Amino acid sequence: MSLGAFKVLPVILWTDALIFALLAAVLALVWFIRRQPHLRAPWAAVARRPMAMGAALVLAVFVTIGLLDSLHYRERLSDSPPDRPQYSVEVLSAFDALVGKLRTQQEKTYSAPLAMQLYAKEFIERGGATVRAYPRLKYGGAQLKQADARVPDLVRRVILGLAQGLAASLLLFGLLAAWQTRHRGMAFGEWLSVWGTGRLGWPGRTVVLTLALMLMLGTATFHLAAAYHVFGTDKVGQDVLYIALKSIRTGLVIGTLTTLVTLPLAIVLGIAAGYFRGWVDDVIQYAYTVLNSIPGVLLIAASVLIVQVAIEAHPELFDTAAARADIRLLALCLIMGVTSWTGLARLLRGESLKLRTLDYVEAARAFGVSHARIISRHIFPNVFHLVLISIVLDFSGLVLAEAVLSYVGVGVDPSMYSWGNMINGARLELAREPVVWWQLGAAFAFMFTLVLAANLFADGVRDAFDPRTGGRR
Amino acid sequence: MLAYILRRLLYAIPILIGVNLLTFALFFVVNTPDDMARLQLGAKHVTPEAIARWKVEHGYDKPLLLNAQATGSARFTDTIFFRHSASMFAFKFGKGDDGRDIANEIRTRMGPSLAIALPVFVIGLMANITFALLMVFFRSTYLDLWGVVLCVVLMSISGLFYIIAGQYFIAKLWNLLPISGYAGGIDGFKFILLPVLVSVAAGLGSGARWYRTIFLEEIGKDYVRTARAKGLSEARVLFRHVLKNGMIPILTGAVVVLPLLFMGSLITESFFGIPGLGSYTIDAIQAQDFAVVRAMVFLGSFLYIAGLILTDISYSWVDPRVRLQ
Repeated sequence: MSLGAFKVLPVILWTDALIFALLAAVLALVWFIRRQPHLRAPWAAVARRPMAMGAALVLAVFVTIGLLDSLHYRERLSDSPPDRPQYSVEVLSAFDALVGKLRTQQEKTYSAPLAMQLYAKEFIERGGATVRAYPRLKYGGAQLKQADARVPDLVRRVILGLAQGLAASLLLFGLLAAWQTRHRGMAFGEWLSVWGTGRLGWPGRTVVLTLALMLMLGTATFHLAAAYHVFGTDKVGQDVLYIALKSIRTGLVIGTLTTLVTLPLAIVLGIAAGYFRGWVDDVIQYAYTVLNSIPGVLLIAASVLIVQVAIEAHPELFDTAAARADIRLLALCLIMGVTSWTGLARLLRGESLKLRTLDYVEAARAFGVSHARIISRHIFPNVFHLVLISIVLDFSGLVLAEAVLSYVGVGVDPSMYSWGNMINGARLELAREPVVWWQLGAAFAFMFTLVLAANLFADGVRDAFDPRTGGRR
Repeated sequence: MLAYILRRLLYAIPILIGVNLLTFALFFVVNTPDDMARLQLGAKHVTPEAIARWKVEHGYDKPLLLNAQATGSARFTDTIFFRHSASMFAFKFGKGDDGRDIANEIRTRMGPSLAIALPVFVIGLMANITFALLMVFFRSTYLDLWGVVLCVVLMSISGLFYIIAGQYFIAKLWNLLPISGYAGGIDGFKFILLPVLVSVAAGLGSGARWYRTIFLEEIGKDYVRTARAKGLSEARVLFRHVLKNGMIPILTGAVVVLPLLFMGSLITESFFGIPGLGSYTIDAIQAQDFAVVRAMVFLGSFLYIAGLILTDISYSWVDPRVRLQ
């Protein structure tokens, strides 16, 4: 299939397909939960928590970028005949198309954030003589004639961006207020005081402030990125902001798809061990004790080395480098999933052991209800909160683990954009003079934002769903 | 008690066999010695003769499980499984790709690993418990709330950041401590300080938060209410009663990692250039030295299982009800 009008060939990588399948499953689950009051209640409790809602908004931005970056395509080569089109080997995404120049504006080598010169001096021709000076960048600040015009230009762009962001926020706030006053039948002033004192019933202040902050940050970055490299450039002159943004998808894929692998194993084996007991329990316990007793990094390392050998043995299976890197990413998720189901399985086993002795389960068994039905109707719904809590709690750990694994050399493909690869590639640059810190800084800042948001959201979910913590924080 | 310990020890054997079979399957069946040779030799030098030579050099030229050409017990002993996998039970690890004896390396590298891991363990435990007790003491106040937020922020920072930032600021910029390296004896102190500091800081967030929930769970129990009803001060309740009872889950949780301390920390040792088992493992993974990785997998599992048994014993020691089951 090719979309002739756009002159592109859609490419569906394995992880893309899985991500969109996951998205569909989540949407179906949301639709299902909305119709069940008892399932909706804890989510409503999550929605009442300011921290959780603020974090959810930040996560939503990350997820949107990740989803846009999962719509892949290959551009048609301009010189190929229309009846027999040929396509570029470079796999791009909808996100690449959106950010446009960010990807293509490549400098020669390192340059500092918002700079207009390279970071090191070179011999350049100036007025007939060869002098040693900082050469100007090809794109960063190229519109400026004089070096001292840079700071006023930066200030102007930041102020313009902030003002636009503020204006957009005010517009959104106005729309929200208009809708709410109509909906609640309040006067505007009255609603404003309710909003200002946080008595809306939902964290209105946090939501509005988070949105405004993100909008202003976004517009300011947009105006700066139009003429500068906001986070500088890396060794080959690639824009670091672009790399950091592209890495979002990798982080999200690892955080979510790994859990997707973990879940079926943990749920089936954990509940089976707890519910059936006897030899089933013995076998499953044996399996997870063996897996658990092998140090995690080593097991992952051994498996990744093996996958690497397999991929290198069959180069004919992958038509592009992106497809190859993608399979390796998927394999990494699989491996991490297979090695990390034990924790959740143990939890579910313990809970099922307790549940099976409860009166209603005994009653169901006395009525002759089948095992499959007891498990699906009585056991599983009662352990579901554990599954959910472990999904959100594991996410941030997995994102952090990617960086460590990339450092060990068993992470994602070195050609793939990821925070781990950024850190790994840049950690030796701190020894350089002048110090190249922006790559590390950008990778850590993005990773920190995502993980912090995920942790805060996970806390909200855990507090709302875990009956043990109750109202306690 | 003795019967209990014996039962736990016997239970460890099938698990170690399982680990052994799994590593054998991973390293020799899924990934045949031919693949290993190809990977080691690189794309240019792969000829059937080179592969055969590599296999002979590393002792991988035997059949996997059953040697049909040999007679007697050699049918089973003259195989890759017996020589490279089953022999690990006798702690015979063979030689790495660099030709050095793995068992010897492990013996010499254990010391540096422990020199880092033991202080990290002890100081980290004390720091986490202190921080957690402080939060519990000021519970449901803003101090506690911000303490928890601080914990979440600390645990959201990548472990690599602590190391890189520590090395850059403390060692490079301010020149307070050496950036990396190791020395034995008293001289080694200055090399140990930075890795220990960084590791304790990296573990503080999640550790303190975890201990805080343990203490909070303990503080809701009846005996605490009784102690308060007797008129004891809050500090006395916290340190005399809650801390003591909270120590049971904490200690049993800590005992499990005790034997694993020998393995050191992969990342910390590698960044700080400490010649311990952790950096040995990382180097082996990066050089794709399968013999060393295999040995470390076995050693790691062995120590983990030792930790499990120690936990069970310590648990039955502090809580006699366990023994009766």
